[in-house]
Amino acid sequence: MATIENKEAVFQVRDLDLWYGDNQALKKISFDIYKNEVTAIIGPSGCGKSTFIKTLNRMVENIPIVRTEGKILYHGNDIFSSDLRVEELRTQVGMVFQKPNPFPKSILENVLYAPKIHGLKDKNLLMEIAETSLKSAALWDEVKDRLNDNAYGLSGGQQQRLCIARALAVQPDVILMDEPTSALDPIATAKIEELMESLKNEYTIAIVTHSMQQAARISDRTAFFLMGEMIEYGDTKNLFMNPRDKRTEDYITGRFG
Amino acid sequence: MENQTKIREMIQKRVKEKKRYMDKIVPLFLLFMALISVFTTFGIVLTLITDAFRFFAAVPLSEVLSTDLAPLNKDPRFGFVPLFIGTITTSLIAMLVAVPIGLAAAIYLSQFASQRVRRLVKPMLEVLAGIPTIVYGFFAYSFVTPMLMNLIPTLESKNALSPGLVMGIMIIPMVASLSEDAMNSVPEIMKEGAFGLGSTKLEVAFKVVIPAAISGILASIVLGISRAIGETMIVTIASGSSKAFTLDITQSMQTMTGYIVEFTSGDAASGTTGYYSLYAVGLLLFLFTMVMNQLAHYISKKYREAY
Amino acid sequence: MEDNKVKTDKTDQMSSPLKKSFKADSRQIERRVKLSGFLRNVFAVSIAMTLLVLVFLLVDIVRDAVGWLDWDFLTGNLSIFPEKAGIFGAIMGTVYMMLIVIPVTFILGVSTAIYLEEYAKPGRLKDFININLSNLASVPSVIFGLLGLALFSRLMGLGGSILAGGLTMSLLVLPIVVVAAQEALKAVPGFLREASYGLGADKWTTVSRVVLPVALPGMLTGFILGVSRAIGETAPLVVLGIPTLIMKIPQSVMDDFTTMPIQIYYWTLDTVLTPEYANLAAATIVVLLVVLFLMNSVAIFIRNKFEKKF
Repeated sequence: MATIENKEAVFQVRDLDLWYGDNQALKKISFDIYKNEVTAIIGPSGCGKSTFIKTLNRMVENIPIVRTEGKILYHGNDIFSSDLRVEELRTQVGMVFQKPNPFPKSILENVLYAPKIHGLKDKNLLMEIAETSLKSAALWDEVKDRLNDNAYGLSGGQQQRLCIARALAVQPDVILMDEPTSALDPIATAKIEELMESLKNEYTIAIVTHSMQQAARISDRTAFFLMGEMIEYGDTKNLFMNPRDKRTEDYITGRFG
Repeated sequence: MENQTKIREMIQKRVKEKKRYMDKIVPLFLLFMALISVFTTFGIVLTLITDAFRFFAAVPLSEVLSTDLAPLNKDPRFGFVPLFIGTITTSLIAMLVAVPIGLAAAIYLSQFASQRVRRLVKPMLEVLAGIPTIVYGFFAYSFVTPMLMNLIPTLESKNALSPGLVMGIMIIPMVASLSEDAMNSVPEIMKEGAFGLGSTKLEVAFKVVIPAAISGILASIVLGISRAIGETMIVTIASGSSKAFTLDITQSMQTMTGYIVEFTSGDAASGTTGYYSLYAVGLLLFLFTMVMNQLAHYISKKYREAY
Repeated sequence: MEDNKVKTDKTDQMSSPLKKSFKADSRQIERRVKLSGFLRNVFAVSIAMTLLVLVFLLVDIVRDAVGWLDWDFLTGNLSIFPEKAGIFGAIMGTVYMMLIVIPVTFILGVSTAIYLEEYAKPGRLKDFININLSNLASVPSVIFGLLGLALFSRLMGLGGSILAGGLTMSLLVLPIVVVAAQEALKAVPGFLREASYGLGADKWTTVSRVVLPVALPGMLTGFILGVSRAIGETAPLVVLGIPTLIMKIPQSVMDDFTTMPIQIYYWTLDTVLTPEYANLAAATIVVLLVVLFLMNSVAIFIRNKFEKKF
């Protein structure tokens, strides 16, 4: 268990390489994600940040031509080892996607999808989970009277918060977010950023964002990716005010990307 | 908070313990189901080949290629040429109807017609396509033939012309819809270039769209031919079962499909050469439609690569 | 000064030929546009005539059927005597055959489609099955009759029973149902599957709880079309030796039976000797077309009401 400033590392990535067929998308990525922090990953389009975050919960394996090498340790255990079922990993490492993707079912069914498929049947417990998750996602007050309505009737921002509630329903350890607000308007975005601030007390959050401003606003630590490599990583304030690498500085000051 | 930890542990435990046999059984079951369609083809080929083989072993090729067809005689003769003529003639008549009208319909619908007209006409063409062939057969024999007999006095009550025409009408929707799809896939940019130079709709249709869509159009024609060759009920009812070798479309002709139907609806005693002749004809029919299908597939593949 | 003069001469020379050809063009354009309009009308007329044939067909059949299509006809048994003949036996035969076709086709068709779209890895096996289905779709229906004759009738000893007919028909319409089901599955957007996997669901859970509910309306539409085809098909049953005159209503799937298309066929063949058979055939056709029309309407209704667009 590596520590820095007495913090526990939830994910430890060591020399991660990833290929799409013959094309290498990630090159020797190595860094740590710490508990109860928001870690942001920034970089220009195509730098590999989405690919990287999808490796953390092994979603990237759903694409047939993907090949990986290197280690990713989750609480000290290699996530690629055959001992760990990928379904297990995903109940501990949840994900929220770029475009809100609720199921065409009711709000309640969406939130309770994961607990139900993992075998929970007690109705009282399930309702408790639903309420807790929706409250944690700051959506409860808005939907508590219409839990049986179809999720598609919600606005974009509400749908995304529903997806967050859905991911929270199994009490994961980590929540991965892949550009969660890029499809939302500024007000909805602000709501979700506010949410992340409160969520990090109980969960560890890793967020990919194309907005440096967002990373600067909400994250504790930031990693800068460029063309499949991680160029720089550190405390958010330090990275933005005193970037160590010229490429980081160029990106932050807007010279490219 | 406490409850949350409890929930977390409960779920982790269940996920760990969950038996995963569904993950193994389901794909196997589904694969087995999927392979049944493969077995079907295999079964067809096996059935046809084994009995056809028995036929070809008993009947020399020279006889098969002759025009003397008399399977029910005491001394049966199995020259298949009249059947080939019957199939080819009726199919040819059908295509002479289906291709011009089908293409005209496709050109009109994709290049000229307004949205409103298309919305009205397309469902009607689909209705035509959905009518069971037996209904067309009845129509051919009970209406088209008597009507034609008024126009052509020498026309016999069982002839090749009537079913040919009705088959053509039946195939029009197929040619029209597939050709229309092909024409609609031609990118607008190509058409706009021609229009910008002052071309009329007709010129754009014939000089730009049709050449670009030609593969899809040809594929639709090949599929239409395949359909005509395999059609049974219309020709059985309206064209009769004459096995005389003739090219006269005002007379009865038997097609390959008609031959098969005639012999199975009578009691073809199992084990006779007559019985095996069924499978020989069936095999030839199968091979022919298979070749047509592959040809259509090949042609339309070339078409997909163009864009 | 002289330069100017030369210039003017040159421009005069340039403008005259242009002017001449422009005049010719406008006549030619007129001709081309007229031709376009003319052929447009020719094409439209050819479609109209085809549809007119459809109208004639329906009108003629209804005219023949009038007076013969009544309640007695629908509930009566088959008989040699045209005045007494009813198609109840044929209707029940069709219904019973569908009792076989419906479950067999649904299970086989949907399973095959799920395998191909959700489980099969892109590669030779998947391509092979797809090509095979496409080939099967173009095999003439008589050939399926020959297969049914050899496999179900003779080898499995099912004779001319409902089971033999139903199984043969199921194989015939299988490709239609599979392709429709495949399309319905392909239309389910990938982000729904992603959401399910992201929550720790395995493949079967994702398919059964997320994908299938969304794909079901599309699958049903295709399924109904396949079943419609089975109801109207004649050739395979003739090859199987389905008889013309059945006195009793079938009681079990092993019994002999007859269907509406078969009745139409046999009556049509004998119209020369017994003209009334034409009326019986026409009346049966009307019943058949009404049934098919209703099924088609149900299919369209399901599609419009339940299909989700993303």
